[in-house]
Amino acid sequence: MGMSRVKKNPRFAGFYLGLMFFIMYLPIAVVVVFSFNESKLPVAFTGFSTIWYEKLFQNDAMLEALVNSLILGCLSTFISAVIGTMGAVGLSKIRWRSKGAMEYLSILPLMIPEIILGMVLMAFFYMLGLPFGMLTLLIGHTIFCVPYILMEVKARLSGMDPALEEAARDLGATSFRAFLDITLPLCMPAVLSGSLLAFAMSMDDVVITIFINGPRVSTLPVKVYTQIKTGVTPEINALCTIMLGVTLLVLGASALVKRINKTGENADEKQAH
Amino acid sequence: MKQYKHLIKPYIIWAAALIVVPLIMIVLYAFTEEGNSVLTFSFTLENFAKFAESTYVNVIVKSFRLGIFTTVLCLLLGYPLAFIISRCSEKSQAFLILLVTIPEWINMLLRTYAWMNLLSDNGIINNLLEMLGMKPVSMMYTDFSVIVGLVCNFMPFMIIPIYTSLSKMDKSLIEAAYDLGANRFQTFRKVIWKLSIPGVLNGIMMVFLLSVSTFVIPKLLGGGQYMLIGNLIETQFISVGDWNFGSAISMILAVIIILFMRLMKKMDTQEE
Amino acid sequence: MKNKLIELKDLTKNFDDQQVLRGINLDIYENEFLTLLGPSGCGKTTTLRIIAGFEEPSSGEVLFNGIEISKLPPYKREINTVFQKYALFPHLNVEDNIAFGLNLKKVDKSVIAQKVGRMLKMVGLEGFEKRDVTLLSGGQQQRVAIARALVNEPKVLLLDEPLGALDAKIRKNMQSELKKIQREVGITFIYVTHDQEEALSMSDTVVVMNNGEIQQIGSPTDIYNEPENRFVAGFIGESNIIEGHMLQDFLVEWDGFRFECVDKGFPENEEIEVVLRPEDLDIVSPDKAQITGKVISVTFKGVHYEILVETEYRTYMVHTTDYAEVGRKVGLSLGPEDIHVMWKMGAY
Repeated sequence: MGMSRVKKNPRFAGFYLGLMFFIMYLPIAVVVVFSFNESKLPVAFTGFSTIWYEKLFQNDAMLEALVNSLILGCLSTFISAVIGTMGAVGLSKIRWRSKGAMEYLSILPLMIPEIILGMVLMAFFYMLGLPFGMLTLLIGHTIFCVPYILMEVKARLSGMDPALEEAARDLGATSFRAFLDITLPLCMPAVLSGSLLAFAMSMDDVVITIFINGPRVSTLPVKVYTQIKTGVTPEINALCTIMLGVTLLVLGASALVKRINKTGENADEKQAH
Repeated sequence: MKQYKHLIKPYIIWAAALIVVPLIMIVLYAFTEEGNSVLTFSFTLENFAKFAESTYVNVIVKSFRLGIFTTVLCLLLGYPLAFIISRCSEKSQAFLILLVTIPEWINMLLRTYAWMNLLSDNGIINNLLEMLGMKPVSMMYTDFSVIVGLVCNFMPFMIIPIYTSLSKMDKSLIEAAYDLGANRFQTFRKVIWKLSIPGVLNGIMMVFLLSVSTFVIPKLLGGGQYMLIGNLIETQFISVGDWNFGSAISMILAVIIILFMRLMKKMDTQEE
Repeated sequence: MKNKLIELKDLTKNFDDQQVLRGINLDIYENEFLTLLGPSGCGKTTTLRIIAGFEEPSSGEVLFNGIEISKLPPYKREINTVFQKYALFPHLNVEDNIAFGLNLKKVDKSVIAQKVGRMLKMVGLEGFEKRDVTLLSGGQQQRVAIARALVNEPKVLLLDEPLGALDAKIRKNMQSELKKIQREVGITFIYVTHDQEEALSMSDTVVVMNNGEIQQIGSPTDIYNEPENRFVAGFIGESNIIEGHMLQDFLVEWDGFRFECVDKGFPENEEIEVVLRPEDLDIVSPDKAQITGKVISVTFKGVHYEILVETEYRTYMVHTTDYAEVGRKVGLSLGPEDIHVMWKMGAY
């Protein structure tokens, strides 16, 4: 498979692209289509219906799990935003010899396989005697959410002209004011886009959650997981379609934030020229 | 300026307490006797000795084989895709890459579940076969269904790094190769492929790490009996309750991963 | 003369193991346009940053109106800076950028508006108040940066290679404009550049620096005509630098020739170096000059020709409007005031 065939045969390239994307998107399309199917069996489309959506919204356990997920997502994102931003600003200022190790540590939660992180936290919380539930979930989710925000903010800071802060201090601002008036507003888009990412990850997580949620508290993905382990139900199709819609919305919002971010960065570049 | 340095302190405390300490604990668990109270410190290697049992050896071998197979398949299917995308006009490149990444944003459960719809015994594919007058094929709960699920889930992790290294490549290098008399195949082999190797290694590393430690996908598409390292860890911790053995397994998994990363790094530096 | 405003005393600065300033002594006066000139890495920017307060000197003193300020944070100094890449705040518009310092001082809104308006008028950007700074051209950003610094009415304005990012034509305009602004506001400008032409055309005083040390302080004419050592002569303009001996006051000797000169005060027979500016040399017929040689190359440079003349001992560079073809035997004539004698490097 070289460039020879691609260049000589654009039709082959087009066909290959089409086939791969078909395979990637086929399952998703099936879920969406069959969520509106009348029949319970995901076999043939017998007629349009919203019955599974109605059933879903009458399912109290599911709704409770959704509320849990939302609370957990918002809280862990907020706490992560504070910790992550502090960490990023701190990391960008220190000149210690251990800086490399610190940076490695800051993304470690993303490098460790989820299953090991989940297991580690379970053992840790057990040893501390923390009751498994919302609190352990909150700590656990914060651990893997922080790196997303930290990485975004750090990237933004490293692209920022250090002269901006110096300019503020030169014009009469104390270090603290310079941070408040200049650094923080300029980082804000990165904090936001990192937070969106973190929120999405928190709403998405099954593996770590399973280890630390305890018997009484369930999040939406965990609920879905336990249901589909037992087989296919159209109610889940409906739920998945809604989750898909929400995901795309979040994705769109983050793209928008990224774009605002980008114009800021372009402006920095322009100034450099 | 100096005051900001203090911002790092709460972060360090947080990271140390919640990342470093728990990791150390797991090492302790792995080397201590059963009974879940690590702090008694009665050290033993028994947890690792258990691995000699053929069932556990088989699980590791199976996980490894599956991880390698998935990685190779992702590379074979993903490289051409990344290559084709990198040859497209800049605008369609951005769009195509977005298409590649969107599924990654959709819950992994959802994507896996969607395959259950398609592959199950009375699922869509079997129904189509029936309509065409063919015998239904049992696809769920086999190696096939697990591999389909793994490849589809992890493919973007192979495509994106390869695409990045291909698109960063200076186009004049390819022209220079032609100019110096290389034909298309030689140009690909000696220039394009060589320069994309860092991306390829990155992709291999990510896909292998994900597929060797996965447990949700094999559980859903392979059924309750399908045992990989990930499932073994989960069962030890959640169902069996033997945390010491569970910790030992995850240490073995971690060692495999670290060795693999070392290998990849070495290959990468050798290339340069 | 005027009052001393800033005194740098034995200033040194180390970064890790590297010494970037090796004892800087410099007096800066009121209303002066002073330029720190030197190649990159010579310590000029570090000196500026110490005056601004972004760096603390490793040793030495910075006196401002006689008071030691080297430990004072930047926001407490009556000094403002125009940064190399302007450092305009991208999230604030032109007006808010300029008003930044005044807002911090809690100046009355109406006063701020009035001052900002006056500044914009001075830098020729009337009506730009609400513009997005990121959409301005380089030259316009530069003007905003100057206005933002000057609106605080500092005693000293520091400019760190402010024209470096502009293209040649705008740079020329800004040079004369900066000079005009300096006269208008009547404060001290300390200007950092590596461009000798810029330094010579704008400054009252030029400080040539190299390797963390001051090489020479003087007016542009002094620096150009009477370079104190080989580095200054080489850095400022093109020149022929020749090793020779000072036989006695007003008499110098090289390559066996003796010339009258205007320099004195060197020990007898001191080994010295002579600077001959290419434009000071004239091409004459061989019988009218001590130094004779053969033309080996002629290059047209727009206004003048650059002619290389090879003699028995060395090659001279001559800038002249007269043409001389390659291969011709010529003589080089020079008067006593064209010879600049300087101390040999190292003896300084």
